[in-house]
Amino acid sequence: MARHHITTTINGDEVEFACEPGQTLLEVLRTELGMTGTKNGCGSGDCGACTVIVNDRPINACLVLGVELEGAQVETIEGMAEGTELHPLQQKFLDHAALQCGICTPGILNMAKAFLAKNPDPTESEVRYGLAGNLCRCTGYDKIVRAVLDAAQEMRAPI
Amino acid sequence: MADLKYESPTTTEAAVALLAAGGGMARVFAGGTDLLVQMHEEMIEPTLLVDIKNIEEMRKITFETDYVRIGAAVTGAELGENDKLVAMWPGVVEAVELIGSYQVQGRATIAGNLCNASPAADSVPAMIAAGARVCIAGPTGKLEIPVEQMLVSPGKTSLVQGEFVTSILLPNRSSNAGDAYLRFIPRTEMDIAVVGVGVSIELNADGVCSSARLSLGAVSATAQLVEAASGILVGNKLDDTVLDALASAASEACSPIDDKRGTIEFRTKVAGVLACRATKIAWQRAEKN
Ligand code: FES
Ligand code: FES
Repeated sequence: MARHHITTTINGDEVEFACEPGQTLLEVLRTELGMTGTKNGCGSGDCGACTVIVNDRPINACLVLGVELEGAQVETIEGMAEGTELHPLQQKFLDHAALQCGICTPGILNMAKAFLAKNPDPTESEVRYGLAGNLCRCTGYDKIVRAVLDAAQEMRAPI
Repeated sequence: MADLKYESPTTTEAAVALLAAGGGMARVFAGGTDLLVQMHEEMIEPTLLVDIKNIEEMRKITFETDYVRIGAAVTGAELGENDKLVAMWPGVVEAVELIGSYQVQGRATIAGNLCNASPAADSVPAMIAAGARVCIAGPTGKLEIPVEQMLVSPGKTSLVQGEFVTSILLPNRSSNAGDAYLRFIPRTEMDIAVVGVGVSIELNADGVCSSARLSLGAVSATAQLVEAASGILVGNKLDDTVLDALASAASEACSPIDDKRGTIEFRTKVAGVLACRATKIAWQRAEKN
């Protein structure tokens, strides 16, 4: 079968990969590129665990094909921290204990990052709607929402 | 998915040719939020995906003399970011924005919501109320029809093999016009309509309704235009008698399914309630414009 040869940018680095036409971005990341930070929850756009940012928009990687990504800019959880320095969202998730098993966390962090880029000073209710496409089955949403609000505050006025 | 092929043509003509050559096994691919799910679940097993996102005209919202044209690959997020469109057709845009999460909004299209042909599709009653038309390209040429004409039955449109939607046209608005879409869902977000109502109103200089269209979704096999609504609204101002008549007309138009998300009785009643509420919102918007 014809494999497609794709050149794309992932977390600022040019990446080349070959994929089959039906392979999703999620499969490409996890199996072709060994980038397992992006999680597979439902595979059908319902849980948000696979959320990555493509051309500045948060999307479900399970609903995008690898072949579509020629020339695209992809941001995944692996690119969120600067070296050993955690992104404020990552740090606040630790501070607020906003994760337990962690399956939902990379997707929520990416969604929150994209959301705060558009709305840096959200209300609690806006954060809840913003994260409505991300399901968490263990932590409960309160800690997650508090961590995002706290990170937003810090990102607006870094200490 | 063993022998799936992927093509991304850059012209409508090339897309038509590819779809024709692919026969019944080719599928148009834009947002993919329904298509890829159906493929994963093996409800469909296409052998060719024709990605229309690299056709320039499919990606654009253009304001033309009589209407605004929304390309078939324009995403929900892009609609919401277009201030001029939001000012003109707030109800259509709010209906589209109810479809799925932010992540889905970054991919899903209004044309796809129509083609998926779910009776509960949120954007469809809003488009029918708006008097929207669909532009279709196919092996026998181009065609333009009202949205409601494309709906045949749950999951089925009037599109024949090789045809696909290229754009949606929303008419330009007079200054005293407004529209609105409301739905009932058991949750507060991320759910499928149990009842959906789209309304579009135009008022004359005296604040009297000069034209009106009301459409219901999720209460019959396809979204429908409630013909009686325009007769009730046109020539009148909004008062309790008019609203009562409107609620009855909306409820009478229902022939819903009965399921755990909404009984027949509930859906029928709620259709009347939401018809009034949506009409009030559309009316206020018309007065403000
Ligand atoms: S794995 Fe993609 S949304 Fe659940
Ligand atoms: S931490 Fe387990 S699903 Fe969210």
